[in-house]
Amino acid sequence: MPGSRVDEGAARADIELRVNGVGHDLSVEPRVTLLDALRERLGFWGTKKGCDQGQCGACTVHVDGRGVLACLMLAYQAAGHEVTTVEGLAGVDGTLHPVQSAFMKHDGFQCGYCTPGQIMSAVACIREGHAGSDADVREFMSGNICRCGAYPNIVAAVREAAQREAAQEEAAGRARR
Amino acid sequence: MRAVEYTRADTLDAAVALLQGDSSAAPLGGGTTLVDLMKCGVAHPSRLIDLTQMPGHDDVEAGESVLRIGALCRMSDVAEHPEVRRRWPAVSEALLRGASQQLRNMATIGGNLMQRTRCGYFRDPSFTECNKRDPGSGCAAMDGENRGHAVLGTSGSCIATNPGDLAVALTAFDAAVHILGPDGHRVLSIDEFFPLPGETPEREHPLGHAELITAVEVPVSAAAAHSCYLKVRDRVSYEFAAASAAVGLEVLADGTIADARVALGGVATKPWREPGVEAALIGRPASAAVFREAAALAAADAHPRRHNAYKVELARRTVERALLTVSG
Repeated sequence: MPGSRVDEGAARADIELRVNGVGHDLSVEPRVTLLDALRERLGFWGTKKGCDQGQCGACTVHVDGRGVLACLMLAYQAAGHEVTTVEGLAGVDGTLHPVQSAFMKHDGFQCGYCTPGQIMSAVACIREGHAGSDADVREFMSGNICRCGAYPNIVAAVREAAQREAAQEEAAGRARR
Repeated sequence: MRAVEYTRADTLDAAVALLQGDSSAAPLGGGTTLVDLMKCGVAHPSRLIDLTQMPGHDDVEAGESVLRIGALCRMSDVAEHPEVRRRWPAVSEALLRGASQQLRNMATIGGNLMQRTRCGYFRDPSFTECNKRDPGSGCAAMDGENRGHAVLGTSGSCIATNPGDLAVALTAFDAAVHILGPDGHRVLSIDEFFPLPGETPEREHPLGHAELITAVEVPVSAAAAHSCYLKVRDRVSYEFAAASAAVGLEVLADGTIADARVALGGVATKPWREPGVEAALIGRPASAAVFREAAALAAADAHPRRHNAYKVELARRTVERALLTVSG
């Protein structure tokens, strides 16, 4: 990708990055961000580089299950932790994650560049219990900018995915009783 | 970004020793300021001492007399702690109004207090004038784009706004900052922790090179339990304050204000306590008229520049609305 590079040179050391449940041995400099390591070394191109300065949310991934910005985290900081990218959401058989399906159903994107970050934030937002109202979704996903302005559809997608998940949990709870 | 070494510290004592041994090393918390400034070409540490991989220092303890927040707690965890929400709501709200959820998941409480100003001239080394970045070089903000800059606590050297939200709430409720260094443990009041820029704006806190924040403590008070943080900004979320207020009131059964706490954010070079406003509230009835009269005393001695005079009136209205909110 133009303008994107991983700096090579001086001090090198090995780290292991665990991404979507699989360990990867990496030789990178400490200054390499998690975002560059994912994209330029490991081929997880789903994680997007937008502003590269912590302002747009396109690079959102999960570390130990929580949404973080991969552009402001060094790969070394993520070593020993579980990293999840958008590639890790779908089932092994290719079945989309419910949040991914909801984004398609509600047309929660236009150009699609912010979408992986939006989806990673949405999954975390629902998991953390912050998807109970449109206002909550807007507040807890405000770190994900969409230049196409698909916000109303994104909110609708997140709300439906959250409601579906809650309904499934309730049904599972009834089955257990 | 320039090349840098990386070391994980296993304990805070080890981190202090590592910092002592390398005068150009820097402690790394969540990295949301430091990694950003390294990319901007503003920060050039030779080595990062990662504090976040060690066990401990990430507990929130809400005791009978004090709230103790470990320096390595993440902002999002403290914001959602049920006791913090119940007994220090302004602290929780200030954290929730700061940054985005991703950044709050990364940033530590210690790092939050250490965050640098968002002054565009400080963050962009292509501007040669910045006394904070390069002491003695001048201040491009004085006659530049200064809509977001401070009107209180400024000096002829610097008008950069302290960007914090949490620190404003901590200032209103008399927090203490616990510090570990080569000479052992010491405690600073939150007011001491943030000096005025004066002629040394490059010095944003009194910490020595090898000193680290270990915890923040906030006393229990009735005013803190009846508090709020109101942040006014250019958009509803994910933006720094145009003006903000942390406000707490203790109101007696007869409606008399027994205790009042007021601090401003987004308008000053440090989190700005307003003792004059507090004095105008204490002993008087908790009424809209009293709130308006007291709030009018906020931001006294303001020194606006060309683009930021709006902050004076905005700060007063923010205080008034926060007082109405917390008493309502």
